Amino acid sequence: MSTAELPTLKPKDYKSDQEVRWCPGCGDYSILLQLQKVCADLRLKKENTVFVSGIGCSSRFPYYMETYAVHGIHGRAPAIATRRNVNLKIILFNNRIYGLTKGQYSPTSELGKKTKSSPMGTVDYPMHPLCIAIGAEATFVARSVDVDVKHLQETLRRAALHRGTAYVEVYQDCNVFNHDAFAFATERSVRDDNLLYLEHGKPMIFGKERNKGIRLNGTTPEVVQLGAGVTADDLLIHDEKAPEPTLAYLLSRMRYPEFPEPVGVFRAVEQPTYDDMVMEQVRAAEAKHGQGDLMKLFNSGETWTVN
Amino acid sequence: MTTTLAADSIDSSKSRRVEELPHAAVRFAGDSGDGMQLAGTQFTNTSAVLGNDIATLPDYPAEIRAPAGTLAGVSGFQINFSNHNIHTPGDKVDALIAMNPAAMKTNLKDLIDGGILIVNIDEFTPIALQKAKYEGDPFELPEFQRVRVYKVPISKHTLEAVKESGLAPKEAERCKNIYALGIVFWLYDRPLETTLKWIHSKFGSKAGVAKANELALRAGYNFGETAELFPVRYKVRKASLPPGRYRNVTGNQAAALGCVAAAKLAGKPLVYSSYPITPASEILQELSALKAFNVRTFQAEDEIAAMCSTVGAAFTGAIAVTGTSGPGVALKQEGIGLAVILELPSLIINVQRGGPSTGLPTKTEQADLWQAVMGRNGECPMPVIAAESPADCFWAVVDAARIAVKYMTPVMVLSDGYVANGSEPWRIPTEAELPPIASRHPTDPAEFQPYLRDAHGSRPWALPGTPGFQHRVGGLEKEHVTGDISYDPANHQLMVDLRAQKVANVAKDIPTPEVYGDPQGELLVVTWGGTFGTVRTAVERARDEGKSVSHLHLRWVNPMPSQLGEILARFRTVLVAELNMGQLEFLLRAQYLIEPLALHKVQGKPFQVAEIQQKIDEILSGMK
Repeated sequence: MSTAELPTLKPKDYKSDQEVRWCPGCGDYSILLQLQKVCADLRLKKENTVFVSGIGCSSRFPYYMETYAVHGIHGRAPAIATRRNVNLKIILFNNRIYGLTKGQYSPTSELGKKTKSSPMGTVDYPMHPLCIAIGAEATFVARSVDVDVKHLQETLRRAALHRGTAYVEVYQDCNVFNHDAFAFATERSVRDDNLLYLEHGKPMIFGKERNKGIRLNGTTPEVVQLGAGVTADDLLIHDEKAPEPTLAYLLSRMRYPEFPEPVGVFRAVEQPTYDDMVMEQVRAAEAKHGQGDLMKLFNSGETWTVN
Repeated sequence: MTTTLAADSIDSSKSRRVEELPHAAVRFAGDSGDGMQLAGTQFTNTSAVLGNDIATLPDYPAEIRAPAGTLAGVSGFQINFSNHNIHTPGDKVDALIAMNPAAMKTNLKDLIDGGILIVNIDEFTPIALQKAKYEGDPFELPEFQRVRVYKVPISKHTLEAVKESGLAPKEAERCKNIYALGIVFWLYDRPLETTLKWIHSKFGSKAGVAKANELALRAGYNFGETAELFPVRYKVRKASLPPGRYRNVTGNQAAALGCVAAAKLAGKPLVYSSYPITPASEILQELSALKAFNVRTFQAEDEIAAMCSTVGAAFTGAIAVTGTSGPGVALKQEGIGLAVILELPSLIINVQRGGPSTGLPTKTEQADLWQAVMGRNGECPMPVIAAESPADCFWAVVDAARIAVKYMTPVMVLSDGYVANGSEPWRIPTEAELPPIASRHPTDPAEFQPYLRDAHGSRPWALPGTPGFQHRVGGLEKEHVTGDISYDPANHQLMVDLRAQKVANVAKDIPTPEVYGDPQGELLVVTWGGTFGTVRTAVERARDEGKSVSHLHLRWVNPMPSQLGEILARFRTVLVAELNMGQLEFLLRAQYLIEPLALHKVQGKPFQVAEIQQKIDEILSGMK
């Protein structure tokens, strides 16, 4: 598709006239801005874009976009949309807390976390969203961090360009109720040692000094120091296009502090989308039976006439 | 009276007396795997094509295959066919076909005195009798004195008849329902053509099966003809229905056709999102086969997803429909509330069943009226229409879609298990009877405000993909006209009022309900939904007996027709008859400050005509 004839839009063209009401310093601002940049970058037609959200602070997001939008109700649709490979992009704002209801633990809160609704610590094992997305065989799975704007923008851009369901987890700071929950991934001094930036076809090297890597020991990954007999050739090579989601799942299980947490694209494979297959059936039915004729349908089967 | 077939008693030379009947009701009953629904459906189709008016009532257990031969596993199909306009499948049956002792036991009480009982005597083994909790020879019991019993070795005859088809005995024996159907076809003087045509189109690819079924059907018919078993044959002539072309439909088929019609009339795609649930699943199945009509069916992962995707489809400009039963509606209510505040058109078809909770999945009830009218959080009104008969499911859906689009609102369509699974002739509408459904989409971006209302109180339907109309809607309260989020106290009051007024405005589109019988008088029976036919029949009979009783049936139950209060006031007594514990009665009391009498029933079964008549008699005699 040529985009040459499309008018150039700026990020601010995707800003609605609504006043943004997130707390000052909230990670949501960064996600909003990067998404507006990506929309402008990809020249997405405002009228052809729909933002849909559930419930929570982040779910105010659609009100701030100059597109069509629906702010819905609590939903569980993403896991299933993922399985169906509907051509939509899902962004999970993960802040490991319930912010809108003022500070209760969330499904991603770490075990034992003390919150307003868990004064003695939670006894719920946390949920790992990307494990579920990959388990549902999402065709595009990625992770980024709210304050790493370049990485976030690039990740969102790639998600937007993916045909099929794209699932992006963003580590987002709720600076009021769960500040620095992801400090290991955001502090400049430590983040390079705690994150593994995934690059397709490249060995998994990380660390400020780029002297550490991920090696497979049997079926278990392990962190190794490069040098002293260990070279890049011994390391796992990232393959986001692997048809089997096994490697992506293995990466989604790697957690700080035992491991660096992977960010970037875990998986990006092509599969026919739900939308295309649905419309294909409509077209096939029309081709076979002709465009539906109501009167013919009504009069099909056994009929009789009363005079 | 018991007649036992002697193998050598066949004598075709004797001519049989033919008796003419105005109507007759027949019930096929057997094990849930015996093909009773199929035999009943075939009898129905043949009778319909013959020109009878018909009404049917399938009755089957929730278990797909309860243990064979048990009382719990009995499945039945009843059909009433007539030479005049009828509204019900009949309280009692003139003939009962019982394929095993359990079927006989559970159904015998519904057979009229002097009625015909045909049993498959091959199945009356000691074990089967024991499963049916009979001790000794059941036919010795006094209750069999009042009926005419015909013991026919249906299984044995079927095996013999289909021998030449080459089917294995187990498969061959499965044709016994068709053999029994043949006997009943003969008994009521029906032609075989419709069923023969069906057999060959259904089993065309399996020549052996088609042949076997044909042989079984003909053998059953010939048995009636040649065995000197039945002294009388019956004839039920054509009914004089309003002129037109007809087709037999179940309520669920009619609802599916209504969905397709509504979308076509609106010039929009149909999106039907649903999670399978008894007794609504057939609507999803029917529609999934109609993709050539620009139909997109979506089998969602659960009821909530089905509702939310319906809201999404409505946002994009489709005719969006979801279908379910009571437990599903309970799960959908938050999503329905979202549709109410977003002010997007959609239909929620609720095929009611016995509740609460999972309740009686395959049995009928009308206990979701409150859930429909009042079942959401906040001030959350929506129009509600109830189908009065199987064929009316078509019109209820089309009428509901018109209102949904005109008033930008979800509309609930109430059906029930009785209406959904029952069938009757549907007069096929002509194109002239189906005017287009006009939807209005804004055209001038400069004038566009998402919540600027028109004369009906409706907001504009701006569709994604249209440049210049980008807007955001959501479940938070919104400001009048602009649709921006608003927590302003006065604005919330205004928006609640406006949404209520909009639903109240629907009353302007509801025709004045017709009072059947005298326009005023002693007693008015008020009904809604699927009880129409039974109550109308009872009132017809009472009036034939000279009693002062009238009938008012409501299709729209929210809002109520504008003239309702005035009509109710014209009668000394009002009786509300419904298959719940008084839900319409409660609404009428609240709205019109009347004190109606009530007839309630929650037994998973429709009313019987006699029950209504008895209540009418009781009330009228108490008034003297």
